[in-house]
Amino acid sequence: MNVVRPIAAPGRPAVATLGLFDCDIHPRPLSLEEYRPWLSAEMWHRLSTYGIRPRHGFAKGYPFPKAAPLASRRDAWPPGKVPASDLDFLRAQHLDFHGIDIGVLNPLQPSGQGDQNDAFSAAMAYAVNEWQLERWLRDEPRLRASVVVPYEDGEASAREIRRRAGDRRFVQVLLMSRTAEPLGRKRYWPIYEAACEAGLPVAFHAFGYSGWAMTNGGWPSFYIEEVSEHATSCQSQVISLIVEGVFERFPSLRILMIECGFAWIPSVGWRLDQHWRKLKDEVPHLRRAPSEYLREHFHVSTQPMDEPERPEHLLDVMEWIGWDRILYASDYPHWDFDDPRTALPAFIPPERRRDIFGANARALYGMPAA
Amino acid sequence: MAARYVVAPAAEIPPGARKVVEAGQGRRIVVFNLGGEFFALLDRCPHQGGRLSEGKLCGLVESDEPGVFRYGRKGEILRCPWHQWEFDIRTGRSWHDPDRTRVRAFPARVERGAALREGPYVVETFPVRVEDDYVVVEA
Repeated sequence: MNVVRPIAAPGRPAVATLGLFDCDIHPRPLSLEEYRPWLSAEMWHRLSTYGIRPRHGFAKGYPFPKAAPLASRRDAWPPGKVPASDLDFLRAQHLDFHGIDIGVLNPLQPSGQGDQNDAFSAAMAYAVNEWQLERWLRDEPRLRASVVVPYEDGEASAREIRRRAGDRRFVQVLLMSRTAEPLGRKRYWPIYEAACEAGLPVAFHAFGYSGWAMTNGGWPSFYIEEVSEHATSCQSQVISLIVEGVFERFPSLRILMIECGFAWIPSVGWRLDQHWRKLKDEVPHLRRAPSEYLREHFHVSTQPMDEPERPEHLLDVMEWIGWDRILYASDYPHWDFDDPRTALPAFIPPERRRDIFGANARALYGMPAA
Repeated sequence: MAARYVVAPAAEIPPGARKVVEAGQGRRIVVFNLGGEFFALLDRCPHQGGRLSEGKLCGLVESDEPGVFRYGRKGEILRCPWHQWEFDIRTGRSWHDPDRTRVRAFPARVERGAALREGPYVVETFPVRVEDDYVVVEA
Protein backbone atom coordinates (compact mmCIF):
# COMPACT_ATOMS: atom_id res chain seq x y z
CA MET A 1 0.00 0.00 0.00
CA ASN A 2 1.31 3.40 -0.84
CA VAL A 3 1.92 5.85 1.93
CA VAL A 4 1.10 9.49 1.39
CA ARG A 5 3.86 11.89 2.27
CA PRO A 6 2.54 13.71 5.33
CA ILE A 7 1.50 17.24 4.51
CA ALA A 8 2.89 19.80 6.88
CA ALA A 9 -0.29 21.01 8.52
CA PRO A 10 -0.61 21.83 12.21
CA GLY A 11 -4.07 20.34 12.50
CA ARG A 12 -3.54 17.09 10.62
CA PRO A 13 -3.62 13.81 12.55
CA ALA A 14 -0.34 11.95 12.16
CA VAL A 15 -2.18 8.67 11.62
CA ALA A 16 -3.72 9.90 8.33
CA THR A 17 -0.99 8.35 6.19
CA LEU A 18 -3.40 7.27 3.43
CA GLY A 19 -4.81 10.73 2.97
CA LEU A 20 -7.28 12.89 4.85
CA PHE A 21 -10.76 12.94 3.31
CA ASP A 22 -13.56 15.02 4.75
CA CYS A 23 -16.93 13.88 3.40
CA ASP A 24 -18.98 16.69 4.93
CA ILE A 25 -18.25 20.38 4.30
CA HIS A 26 -21.14 22.86 4.04
CA PRO A 27 -20.57 25.78 1.68
CA ARG A 28 -22.96 28.69 1.81
CA PRO A 29 -23.73 31.54 -0.57
CA LEU A 30 -23.18 35.01 0.84
CA SER A 31 -26.46 35.98 -0.79
CA LEU A 32 -29.02 34.35 -3.06
CA GLU A 33 -27.62 36.51 -5.88
CA GLU A 34 -24.82 33.97 -6.19
CA TYR A 35 -27.25 31.50 -7.78
CA ARG A 36 -28.73 34.00 -10.20
CA PRO A 37 -26.47 33.30 -13.20
CA TRP A 38 -27.88 29.78 -13.47
CA LEU A 39 -31.56 30.49 -12.85
CA SER A 40 -34.08 31.44 -15.51
CA ALA A 41 -35.70 34.86 -15.17
CA GLU A 42 -38.85 33.14 -13.94
CA MET A 43 -37.07 31.07 -11.31
CA TRP A 44 -34.97 34.01 -10.15
CA HIS A 45 -38.19 35.98 -9.75
CA ARG A 46 -39.63 33.13 -7.72
CA LEU A 47 -36.56 32.83 -5.49
CA SER A 48 -36.09 36.55 -4.93
CA THR A 49 -39.81 37.17 -4.37
CA TYR A 50 -40.95 34.16 -2.39
CA GLY A 51 -37.73 32.52 -1.29
CA ILE A 52 -37.46 28.90 -0.27
CA ARG A 53 -40.66 27.13 0.67
CA PRO A 54 -39.67 24.10 2.72
CA ARG A 55 -42.14 21.40 3.66
CA HIS A 56 -42.74 22.80 7.12
CA GLY A 57 -44.26 25.87 8.71
CA PHE A 58 -41.14 27.89 9.39
CA ALA A 59 -40.51 29.30 5.94
CA LYS A 60 -37.80 31.71 7.07
CA GLY A 61 -36.06 29.90 9.83
CA TYR A 62 -35.47 26.77 11.78
CA PRO A 63 -38.11 25.03 13.89
CA PHE A 64 -35.64 25.08 16.79
CA PRO A 65 -32.76 27.43 17.59
CA LYS A 66 -29.57 25.65 16.57
CA ALA A 67 -27.14 26.20 19.44
CA ALA A 68 -25.25 28.97 17.58
CA PRO A 69 -26.01 31.51 14.81
CA LEU A 70 -26.35 29.74 11.43
CA ALA A 71 -25.58 26.55 13.39
CA SER A 72 -21.91 27.47 13.02
CA ARG A 73 -18.69 27.63 14.96
CA ARG A 74 -18.38 31.13 16.34
CA ASP A 75 -14.82 31.33 15.05
CA ALA A 76 -15.85 30.39 11.49
CA TRP A 77 -17.26 33.80 10.51
CA PRO A 78 -15.05 35.57 7.96
CA PRO A 79 -15.08 39.33 8.59
CA GLY A 80 -18.35 40.72 7.24
CA LYS A 81 -19.43 37.37 5.78
CA VAL A 82 -21.19 34.18 6.79
CA PRO A 83 -19.48 30.87 7.61
CA ALA A 84 -18.12 28.86 4.66
CA SER A 85 -19.01 31.59 2.17
CA ASP A 86 -15.40 32.59 1.50
CA LEU A 87 -12.98 30.21 -0.22
CA ASP A 88 -9.81 31.79 1.18
CA PHE A 89 -11.14 31.65 4.74
CA LEU A 90 -12.26 28.04 4.30
CA ARG A 91 -8.84 27.17 2.93
CA ALA A 92 -6.98 28.81 5.81
CA GLN A 93 -9.17 27.61 8.66
CA HIS A 94 -9.99 24.16 7.41
CA LEU A 95 -8.28 22.74 4.30
CA ASP A 96 -4.81 24.13 4.97
CA PHE A 97 -4.89 24.00 8.76
CA HIS A 98 -5.99 20.38 8.94
CA GLY A 99 -4.18 19.30 5.79
CA ILE A 100 -7.36 18.02 4.13
CA ASP A 101 -6.54 16.23 0.86
CA ILE A 102 -10.09 15.97 -0.44
CA GLY A 103 -13.17 17.73 0.92
CA VAL A 104 -16.69 16.93 -0.28
CA LEU A 105 -19.18 19.79 -0.44
CA ASN A 106 -22.71 19.16 0.81
CA PRO A 107 -24.73 22.33 0.21
CA LEU A 108 -27.66 22.61 2.60
CA GLN A 109 -30.35 25.26 2.49
CA PRO A 110 -30.84 27.52 0.69
CA SER A 111 -30.44 24.76 -1.88
CA GLY A 112 -34.10 24.27 -2.78
CA GLN A 113 -34.00 20.62 -1.79
CA GLY A 114 -37.33 19.37 -0.51
CA ASP A 115 -39.09 22.54 -1.69
CA GLN A 116 -42.88 22.44 -2.04
CA ASN A 117 -42.54 23.39 -5.71
CA ASP A 118 -40.94 20.58 -7.72
CA ALA A 119 -40.04 22.67 -10.76
CA PHE A 120 -38.41 25.32 -8.58
CA SER A 121 -36.57 22.64 -6.61
CA ALA A 122 -35.19 21.22 -9.85
CA ALA A 123 -34.10 24.66 -11.08
CA MET A 124 -32.38 25.36 -7.80
CA ALA A 125 -30.60 21.99 -7.80
CA TYR A 126 -29.15 22.77 -11.23
CA ALA A 127 -28.07 26.24 -10.12
CA VAL A 128 -26.50 24.99 -6.87
CA ASN A 129 -24.55 22.35 -8.78
CA GLU A 130 -23.20 24.92 -11.24
CA TRP A 131 -22.45 27.22 -8.30
CA GLN A 132 -20.38 24.52 -6.61
CA LEU A 133 -18.27 24.11 -9.74
CA GLU A 134 -17.81 27.77 -10.48
CA ARG A 135 -17.60 29.23 -7.01
CA TRP A 136 -15.69 26.49 -5.20
CA LEU A 137 -14.14 23.81 -7.39
CA ARG A 138 -12.80 25.98 -10.19
CA ASP A 139 -10.07 27.45 -7.98
CA GLU A 140 -9.67 24.70 -5.40
CA PRO A 141 -8.59 21.26 -6.60
CA ARG A 142 -9.02 19.72 -3.13
CA LEU A 143 -12.80 20.16 -3.21
CA ARG A 144 -15.40 17.87 -4.76
CA ALA A 145 -19.08 18.52 -5.39
CA SER A 146 -22.26 16.60 -4.57
CA VAL A 147 -25.05 16.30 -7.11
CA VAL A 148 -27.84 18.22 -5.40
CA VAL A 149 -31.14 16.78 -6.63
CA PRO A 150 -34.81 17.79 -6.24
CA TYR A 151 -35.39 14.47 -4.52
CA GLU A 152 -39.17 14.70 -4.17
CA ASP A 153 -39.30 14.49 -7.98
CA GLY A 154 -37.55 11.26 -8.93
CA GLU A 155 -37.51 11.84 -12.70
CA ALA A 156 -36.18 15.38 -12.42
CA SER A 157 -33.54 14.12 -10.00
CA ALA A 158 -32.49 11.43 -12.46
CA ARG A 159 -32.12 14.07 -15.18
CA GLU A 160 -29.85 16.14 -12.96
CA ILE A 161 -27.74 13.07 -12.09
CA ARG A 162 -27.39 12.12 -15.77
CA ARG A 163 -26.39 15.67 -16.59
CA ARG A 164 -23.45 15.28 -14.18
CA ALA A 165 -22.62 11.65 -14.96
CA GLY A 166 -19.00 11.19 -15.96
CA ASP A 167 -17.95 14.52 -14.48
CA ARG A 168 -15.43 13.40 -11.88
CA ARG A 169 -15.79 16.63 -9.95
CA PHE A 170 -19.07 15.20 -8.61
CA VAL A 171 -18.52 12.30 -6.23
CA GLN A 172 -21.98 11.55 -4.83
CA VAL A 173 -25.69 12.28 -5.09
CA LEU A 174 -27.01 14.27 -2.13
CA LEU A 175 -30.38 13.86 -0.43
CA MET A 176 -31.63 14.96 2.96
CA SER A 177 -32.64 12.32 5.49
CA ARG A 178 -36.21 13.54 5.99
CA THR A 179 -38.32 12.96 2.91
CA ALA A 180 -42.03 13.10 2.08
CA GLU A 181 -42.21 9.31 1.89
CA PRO A 182 -39.80 6.61 3.06
CA LEU A 183 -36.82 6.45 0.71
CA GLY A 184 -37.52 2.91 -0.43
CA ARG A 185 -40.78 3.95 -2.14
CA LYS A 186 -40.87 3.68 -5.92
CA ARG A 187 -41.11 7.44 -6.47
CA TYR A 188 -37.41 7.65 -5.49
CA TRP A 189 -36.18 4.73 -7.59
CA PRO A 190 -35.23 6.87 -10.61
CA ILE A 191 -32.64 8.49 -8.33
CA TYR A 192 -31.06 5.12 -7.54
CA GLU A 193 -31.19 3.98 -11.13
CA ALA A 194 -29.41 7.09 -12.39
CA ALA A 195 -26.89 7.02 -9.54
CA CYS A 196 -25.97 3.41 -10.32
CA GLU A 197 -25.63 4.23 -14.01
CA ALA A 198 -23.30 7.08 -13.12
CA GLY A 199 -21.40 4.97 -10.60
CA LEU A 200 -22.12 7.45 -7.81
CA PRO A 201 -23.01 6.61 -4.23
CA VAL A 202 -26.18 8.19 -2.84
CA ALA A 203 -25.59 10.13 0.35
CA PHE A 204 -28.29 11.28 2.65
CA HIS A 205 -27.45 13.91 5.19
CA ALA A 206 -29.32 14.37 8.45
CA PHE A 207 -32.02 17.11 8.42
CA GLY A 208 -34.31 18.35 5.72
CA TYR A 209 -38.05 18.66 6.29
CA SER A 210 -40.52 15.99 5.34
CA GLY A 211 -43.74 17.83 6.04
CA TRP A 212 -44.39 15.34 8.85
CA ALA A 213 -43.61 15.84 12.49
CA MET A 214 -39.96 15.05 13.03
CA THR A 215 -40.54 12.41 15.69
CA ASN A 216 -42.82 9.42 15.46
CA GLY A 217 -44.73 10.80 18.44
CA GLY A 218 -45.27 14.29 16.99
CA TRP A 219 -43.50 17.62 17.28
CA PRO A 220 -40.86 17.83 20.00
CA SER A 221 -40.13 20.83 22.22
CA PHE A 222 -36.37 21.16 22.01
CA TYR A 223 -33.47 21.17 19.57
CA ILE A 224 -31.84 18.42 21.62
CA GLU A 225 -34.80 16.26 20.63
CA GLU A 226 -34.43 17.17 16.98
CA VAL A 227 -30.73 16.29 16.83
CA SER A 228 -31.27 13.06 18.74
CA GLU A 229 -34.20 12.12 16.54
CA HIS A 230 -32.00 11.55 13.48
CA ALA A 231 -31.34 8.05 14.74
CA THR A 232 -35.01 7.17 14.46
CA SER A 233 -35.81 8.90 11.17
CA CYS A 234 -32.75 7.32 9.59
CA GLN A 235 -33.82 3.92 10.88
CA SER A 236 -37.05 4.32 8.94
CA GLN A 237 -35.06 5.15 5.80
CA VAL A 238 -32.71 2.19 6.21
CA ILE A 239 -35.58 -0.21 6.83
CA SER A 240 -37.58 1.13 3.89
CA LEU A 241 -34.65 0.93 1.46
CA ILE A 242 -34.01 -2.67 2.47
CA VAL A 243 -37.51 -4.12 2.67
CA GLU A 244 -38.82 -2.41 -0.47
CA GLY A 245 -36.20 -4.36 -2.39
CA VAL A 246 -34.17 -1.39 -3.60
CA PHE A 247 -30.93 -3.35 -3.31
CA GLU A 248 -32.37 -6.32 -5.17
CA ARG A 249 -33.35 -4.01 -8.01
CA PHE A 250 -30.11 -1.96 -7.82
CA PRO A 251 -27.41 -4.32 -6.54
CA SER A 252 -24.62 -1.83 -7.18
CA LEU A 253 -26.29 0.93 -5.14
CA ARG A 254 -24.19 2.28 -2.27
CA ILE A 255 -25.64 4.53 0.42
CA LEU A 256 -23.70 6.92 2.67
CA MET A 257 -25.43 8.27 5.76
CA ILE A 258 -23.89 11.56 6.82
CA GLU A 259 -24.31 12.99 10.32
CA CYS A 260 -26.89 10.39 11.22
CA GLY A 261 -24.97 8.73 14.05
CA PHE A 262 -24.32 5.01 13.75
CA ALA A 263 -24.51 3.18 17.08
CA TRP A 264 -28.18 2.41 16.38
CA ILE A 265 -27.38 0.47 13.22
CA PRO A 266 -26.61 -3.00 14.63
CA SER A 267 -29.86 -3.13 16.61
CA VAL A 268 -31.84 -2.27 13.47
CA GLY A 269 -30.13 -5.17 11.71
CA TRP A 270 -30.91 -7.57 14.56
CA ARG A 271 -34.53 -6.46 14.80
CA LEU A 272 -35.06 -6.70 11.04
CA ASP A 273 -33.53 -10.16 10.86
CA GLN A 274 -35.63 -11.41 13.72
CA HIS A 275 -38.87 -10.23 12.16
CA TRP A 276 -37.83 -11.31 8.68
CA ARG A 277 -37.47 -14.93 9.78
CA LYS A 278 -41.18 -14.90 10.66
CA LEU A 279 -42.54 -12.45 8.13
CA LYS A 280 -40.50 -13.05 5.01
CA ASP A 281 -43.48 -14.15 2.91
CA GLU A 282 -44.61 -10.52 3.17
CA VAL A 283 -41.42 -9.40 1.41
CA PRO A 284 -40.58 -12.38 -0.82
CA HIS A 285 -38.38 -10.19 -3.02
CA LEU A 286 -35.73 -10.20 -0.27
CA ARG A 287 -33.30 -13.02 -0.96
CA ARG A 288 -31.11 -12.49 2.03
CA ALA A 289 -31.41 -11.52 5.67
CA PRO A 290 -31.99 -7.75 5.93
CA SER A 291 -28.79 -7.22 7.90
CA GLU A 292 -26.80 -8.51 4.95
CA TYR A 293 -28.08 -5.69 2.75
CA LEU A 294 -27.39 -3.28 5.58
CA ARG A 295 -23.77 -4.30 5.91
CA GLU A 296 -23.17 -4.56 2.20
CA HIS A 297 -24.76 -1.35 0.94
CA PHE A 298 -24.44 1.24 3.72
CA HIS A 299 -21.59 3.49 4.72
CA VAL A 300 -21.62 6.00 7.57
CA SER A 301 -19.78 9.17 8.50
CA THR A 302 -18.11 9.66 11.86
CA GLN A 303 -19.53 12.99 12.91
CA PRO A 304 -21.28 13.03 15.33
CA MET A 305 -19.35 10.21 16.97
CA ASP A 306 -21.30 8.02 19.32
CA GLU A 307 -19.59 8.01 22.70
CA PRO A 308 -20.43 5.01 24.86
CA GLU A 309 -18.84 4.97 28.31
CA ARG A 310 -16.94 1.77 27.60
CA PRO A 311 -14.52 1.86 24.64
CA GLU A 312 -15.23 -1.76 23.71
CA HIS A 313 -18.85 -0.92 23.02
CA LEU A 314 -17.86 1.58 20.34
CA LEU A 315 -15.35 -0.86 18.87
CA ASP A 316 -18.01 -3.58 18.74
CA VAL A 317 -20.45 -1.28 16.95
CA MET A 318 -17.85 -0.19 14.39
CA GLU A 319 -16.81 -3.78 13.85
CA TRP A 320 -20.44 -4.76 13.16
CA ILE A 321 -20.92 -1.95 10.65
CA GLY A 322 -17.60 -2.75 9.04
CA TRP A 323 -14.30 -0.94 9.52
CA ASP A 324 -14.17 -0.26 5.78
CA ARG A 325 -17.63 1.41 5.85
CA ILE A 326 -16.83 4.36 8.11
CA LEU A 327 -15.68 7.73 6.73
CA TYR A 328 -14.34 10.76 8.56
CA ALA A 329 -16.54 13.86 8.41
CA SER A 330 -15.86 17.27 9.94
CA ASP A 331 -19.22 19.01 9.37
CA TYR A 332 -17.28 22.25 8.90
CA PRO A 333 -18.31 25.03 9.63
CA HIS A 334 -21.10 23.85 11.86
CA TRP A 335 -21.07 24.19 15.63
CA ASP A 336 -20.81 20.43 16.12
CA PHE A 337 -17.67 20.31 13.93
CA ASP A 338 -15.24 17.45 14.62
CA ASP A 339 -11.52 18.25 14.63
CA PRO A 340 -9.73 15.31 12.95
CA ARG A 341 -7.08 15.29 15.68
CA THR A 342 -9.64 14.58 18.39
CA ALA A 343 -12.65 13.12 16.55
CA LEU A 344 -11.52 9.51 16.67
CA PRO A 345 -10.66 8.23 20.15
CA ALA A 346 -7.16 6.84 20.58
CA PHE A 347 -8.45 3.39 21.57
CA ILE A 348 -9.46 2.81 17.94
CA PRO A 349 -6.47 0.97 16.46
CA PRO A 350 -4.22 3.28 14.38
CA GLU A 351 -4.67 1.35 11.13
CA ARG A 352 -8.46 1.63 11.53
CA ARG A 353 -8.21 5.36 12.08
CA ARG A 354 -5.91 5.63 9.08
CA ASP A 355 -8.55 3.95 6.90
CA ILE A 356 -11.41 6.03 8.31
CA PHE A 357 -9.44 9.15 7.37
CA GLY A 358 -8.39 8.01 3.93
CA ALA A 359 -8.79 4.56 2.42
CA ASN A 360 -12.53 4.12 3.02
CA ALA A 361 -13.48 7.34 1.27
CA ARG A 362 -11.16 6.54 -1.63
CA ALA A 363 -12.86 3.18 -2.06
CA LEU A 364 -16.40 4.56 -1.82
CA TYR A 365 -15.75 7.44 -4.20
CA GLY A 366 -13.66 5.34 -6.56
CA MET A 367 -10.55 7.46 -6.31
CA PRO A 368 -7.17 5.94 -7.01
CA ALA A 369 -4.86 5.29 -4.08
CA ALA A 370 -2.36 8.07 -3.56
CA MET B 1 7.28 28.15 40.21
CA ALA B 2 4.73 30.10 38.28
CA ALA B 3 6.01 33.11 36.43
CA ARG B 4 4.18 36.39 36.77
CA TYR B 5 3.24 37.99 33.49
CA VAL B 6 2.31 41.61 33.15
CA VAL B 7 -0.12 41.18 30.29
CA ALA B 8 -1.68 44.59 29.68
CA PRO B 9 -2.44 48.00 31.09
CA ALA B 10 -5.69 47.52 33.01
CA ALA B 11 -7.40 50.20 30.91
CA GLU B 12 -6.81 48.10 27.82
CA ILE B 13 -9.26 45.43 29.00
CA PRO B 14 -12.43 47.29 30.04
CA PRO B 15 -15.30 45.49 31.81
CA GLY B 16 -16.81 42.85 29.52
CA ALA B 17 -13.71 42.73 27.32
CA ARG B 18 -11.07 40.06 26.96
CA LYS B 19 -7.49 39.78 25.74
CA VAL B 20 -5.43 36.84 24.55
CA VAL B 21 -1.82 36.80 25.70
CA GLU B 22 1.12 34.52 25.15
CA ALA B 23 2.48 33.30 28.46
CA GLY B 24 5.55 31.20 27.91
CA GLN B 25 6.37 28.72 25.14
CA GLY B 26 3.45 29.53 22.89
CA ARG B 27 0.92 28.99 25.66
CA ARG B 28 -2.16 31.11 25.03
CA ILE B 29 -4.11 32.52 27.92
CA VAL B 30 -7.32 34.54 27.70
CA VAL B 31 -7.90 37.25 30.29
CA PHE B 32 -11.42 38.54 31.07
CA ASN B 33 -12.55 41.66 32.89
CA LEU B 34 -15.77 40.88 34.71
CA GLY B 35 -16.97 44.16 36.18
CA GLY B 36 -13.48 45.13 37.34
CA GLU B 37 -12.42 41.63 38.41
CA PHE B 38 -9.92 39.85 36.21
CA PHE B 39 -9.90 36.14 35.40
CA ALA B 40 -7.50 34.15 33.26
CA LEU B 41 -8.06 30.79 31.55
CA LEU B 42 -6.02 28.62 29.24
CA ASP B 43 -7.24 29.45 25.73
CA ARG B 44 -7.96 25.84 24.83
CA CYS B 45 -11.12 23.86 25.40
CA PRO B 46 -10.38 20.52 27.12
CA HIS B 47 -12.87 18.82 24.79
CA GLN B 48 -11.54 19.24 21.24
CA GLY B 49 -9.26 22.23 21.59
CA GLY B 50 -11.48 25.09 20.43
CA ARG B 51 -10.12 28.56 21.23
CA LEU B 52 -12.16 29.69 24.21
CA SER B 53 -11.22 33.32 23.51
CA GLU B 54 -13.57 33.14 20.49
CA GLY B 55 -16.44 31.95 22.66
CA LYS B 56 -19.43 33.86 23.92
CA LEU B 57 -19.85 35.02 27.49
CA CYS B 58 -23.33 34.36 28.72
CA GLY B 59 -25.20 33.65 31.92
CA LEU B 60 -26.37 30.50 33.55
CA VAL B 61 -29.86 29.12 33.12
CA GLU B 62 -30.87 26.98 36.08
CA SER B 63 -34.03 25.15 36.94
CA ASP B 64 -35.45 23.37 39.99
CA GLU B 65 -38.31 21.79 38.10
CA PRO B 66 -39.55 21.48 34.51
CA GLY B 67 -41.13 24.66 33.21
CA VAL B 68 -39.42 26.92 35.74
CA PHE B 69 -36.09 28.56 35.10
CA ARG B 70 -33.99 31.45 36.25
CA TYR B 71 -31.21 33.27 34.53
CA GLY B 72 -28.27 34.49 36.54
CA ARG B 73 -24.51 35.10 36.68
CA LYS B 74 -24.68 37.14 33.51
CA GLY B 75 -21.33 37.36 31.73
CA GLU B 76 -19.64 34.78 33.96
CA ILE B 77 -20.16 31.68 31.86
CA LEU B 78 -17.99 31.12 28.80
CA ARG B 79 -19.28 28.93 25.98
CA CYS B 80 -16.74 27.27 23.70
CA PRO B 81 -17.12 28.57 20.10
CA TRP B 82 -17.32 25.00 18.80
CA HIS B 83 -19.52 22.68 20.86
CA GLN B 84 -20.99 25.14 23.33
CA TRP B 85 -19.47 23.54 26.42
CA GLU B 86 -19.93 25.98 29.30
CA PHE B 87 -17.19 27.00 31.72
CA ASP B 88 -17.29 29.18 34.81
CA ILE B 89 -14.71 31.89 34.13
CA ARG B 90 -14.11 32.27 37.88
CA THR B 91 -12.91 28.70 38.31
CA GLY B 92 -12.54 27.11 34.88
CA ARG B 93 -14.94 24.34 35.88
CA SER B 94 -17.36 23.08 33.29
CA TRP B 95 -21.06 23.23 33.97
CA HIS B 96 -21.81 19.68 32.85
CA ASP B 97 -18.99 17.92 34.72
CA PRO B 98 -17.33 20.41 37.08
CA ASP B 99 -15.06 17.96 38.90
CA ARG B 100 -13.55 16.17 35.94
CA THR B 101 -13.89 18.58 33.03
CA ARG B 102 -12.29 21.92 33.59
CA VAL B 103 -10.09 24.40 31.82
CA ARG B 104 -6.99 25.54 33.65
CA ALA B 105 -7.53 28.83 35.46
CA PHE B 106 -4.73 31.18 36.50
CA PRO B 107 -4.70 33.84 39.21
CA ALA B 108 -5.10 37.30 37.71
CA ARG B 109 -5.14 40.65 39.41
CA VAL B 110 -4.38 44.33 38.99
CA GLU B 111 -1.21 45.88 40.35
CA ARG B 112 0.19 49.37 40.34
CA GLY B 113 3.08 50.04 38.04
CA ALA B 114 5.12 51.16 41.06
CA ALA B 115 4.78 47.72 42.68
CA LEU B 116 5.82 45.99 39.47
CA ARG B 117 9.20 47.69 39.60
CA GLU B 118 10.19 45.26 42.35
CA GLY B 119 9.98 42.18 40.10
CA PRO B 120 10.58 39.51 39.09
CA TYR B 121 8.10 39.82 36.26
CA VAL B 122 7.87 38.90 32.61
CA VAL B 123 6.66 42.05 30.95
CA GLU B 124 4.91 42.27 27.60
CA THR B 125 6.39 44.67 25.10
CA PHE B 126 4.94 47.85 26.49
CA PRO B 127 6.36 50.36 28.94
CA VAL B 128 5.27 50.10 32.59
CA ARG B 129 4.63 53.42 34.24
CA VAL B 130 4.57 53.75 38.01
CA GLU B 131 1.31 55.67 38.13
CA ASP B 132 -0.75 53.23 36.01
CA ASP B 133 -2.49 49.90 36.75
CA TYR B 134 -1.57 46.65 35.05
CA VAL B 135 -3.10 43.18 34.78
CA VAL B 136 -0.81 40.50 36.15
CA VAL B 137 -1.31 36.78 35.54
CA GLU B 138 0.48 34.02 37.43
CA ALA B 139 0.99 31.17 35.03
